[in-house]
Amino acid sequence: MADLTAFTSADHPVRKWRKVKDKIIESILFLAALSSVFVTIGIIYILVSESLPFFQHVSFKEFVTEKEWTPMFSEAKFGILPLVVGTFMATLIALTVAIPLGTITAAYLSEYVKPNVREMLKPILEMLAAVPSVVYGYFALLFVTPILQKFLPELGGFSVLSAGIVMGIMIIPYISSLSEDAMRSVPTHLREASAALGSSKFQTTFRVVFPSAFSGISSAYILGISRALGETMVVAIAAGMQPNLSLNPLEPASTITAYIVQVSLGDLPHGSIGFQSIYVAGLTLLIMTLIFNVLGMWIKVRFQEKE
Amino acid sequence: MEQIYKAPPECQTKFTFGSGRDFLRAKVSDLSFRYNPEDRRVLNKVSLPVFDKKITALIGPSGCGKTTLLRCFNRMHDLYNATSYEGDIVLYPEGKNILSSEIDPMEVRMRIGMVFQKPNPFPKTIYENVAYGLKVRGIKKKSFIDEKIEKSLVQAGLWSEVKDRLQAQATALSGGQQQRLCIARALATDPQILLLDEPTSALDPISTAHIEELIVEIKDDVTIVIVTHNLHQAARCADYTSFMYMGDLIEYGPSEQIFTKPQDKRTENYITGRFG
Repeated sequence: MADLTAFTSADHPVRKWRKVKDKIIESILFLAALSSVFVTIGIIYILVSESLPFFQHVSFKEFVTEKEWTPMFSEAKFGILPLVVGTFMATLIALTVAIPLGTITAAYLSEYVKPNVREMLKPILEMLAAVPSVVYGYFALLFVTPILQKFLPELGGFSVLSAGIVMGIMIIPYISSLSEDAMRSVPTHLREASAALGSSKFQTTFRVVFPSAFSGISSAYILGISRALGETMVVAIAAGMQPNLSLNPLEPASTITAYIVQVSLGDLPHGSIGFQSIYVAGLTLLIMTLIFNVLGMWIKVRFQEKE
Repeated sequence: MEQIYKAPPECQTKFTFGSGRDFLRAKVSDLSFRYNPEDRRVLNKVSLPVFDKKITALIGPSGCGKTTLLRCFNRMHDLYNATSYEGDIVLYPEGKNILSSEIDPMEVRMRIGMVFQKPNPFPKTIYENVAYGLKVRGIKKKSFIDEKIEKSLVQAGLWSEVKDRLQAQATALSGGQQQRLCIARALATDPQILLLDEPTSALDPISTAHIEELIVEIKDDVTIVIVTHNLHQAARCADYTSFMYMGDLIEYGPSEQIFTKPQDKRTENYITGRFG
């Protein structure tokens, strides 16, 4: 036991050991934090370095302006547009489902429901997130598509619409859970202020709680967008894997992720230019997701300043 | 003001009123309140009059039920489950018991405004804050809203400070300004009664003095019920004061009488600082 009543000198062994211990712990924490940075850098390095040979065969101009993506044809064409459009279409449909439903669910759970009912509902809702996405894919293909076909007889077996809707259902818990947290953290005194001015619960929820929580809710939306952009299995199974430059949601299409899966499964020989195209596709997706994250951060900061 | 809601005889005989010409705005009779059916009563058969265009102060030690009583006036307790009222608060001139289950709490709150202990402006612009009460009432006419905003900000003594920056965020204002904004926000809806729940307890002395002056000024337009921990504040502003202790209303009367010749020993002990 060190004498706690006396101050030690700088070269005292107890003091030196204390310093060393602190340094070791700090280094471990630093390495842990660094590992994720290295992985990110590594991924970007691989994507960029593997993409460069691709651009020696295909000009960047062709890549962004060509309207067809047919790497498997003998006369292969590499225009990323059909995949980007397919990705956006699927994401848009998913968000059209997920944002309204997720927000309303969050508002209900945060503002309306009694605590005991909420404790029962939340785990059930969160189970939606626990379902493997491959199950969602078959759910879209074998359950949602047939139902849609009853209303839209011209709908084929594979469509962006069906995949998008199911993807929307899949991301509801991400949006509702984060939005609910944001709405519940709005201080009670704001709700009371609103009620005291004679507003109904609905007015309080959508005129005070929702705007006050918007910075948090917008992060929930951004997370939902990122999830939808990167989602693979549902679109790979239910959207048809046919790169198709069309804005018609009833047609089959492919997305960047679905294309990567398709090629990775071995449809194209390793080392061929077609195979390299998956790295370019991956890089494109990374850039798209990055843009949304930056946008999301900007929105978050902007709305936080207002509070 | 109509004769019909002159103080009823029982109030007049129970208390001696300075002018004898005060009109009744609300009457609390035998009001008991529980937060939970199993809990003890937080308010115990409280009765007191609230006179029109006068300031009624509720004083008493922490936990005596004064804020609970104040929040009965606008049915704030109805926002939470399991609370229960007994007795009534009759609002004049309508003569309706606002605690009755037939009355919609929302309609009560449309008539009775409230300012809270901590300034609680919405994270919106100054303009939107004051316009909020009008907008939830479905008023859309911009000229009307603009006029109301100016009038209530003038009443709250904030107009000269904010007239050039109505589109600025309300949360950027100082604490005292925020509280005056909250008063303006409540006044914009022309409440019949304005409830103030320790409105200056979170403010510095200068802002407090500002708000006190303001309260005295606006009583020409609106009836005020104020809960305060600050006895000097009650003595300075209030026309009538009631002293509460452990859920009971111990003494009610003109402030002068309560602060100079209290009838009850407990009131005297409290105002002389012997407890509380």
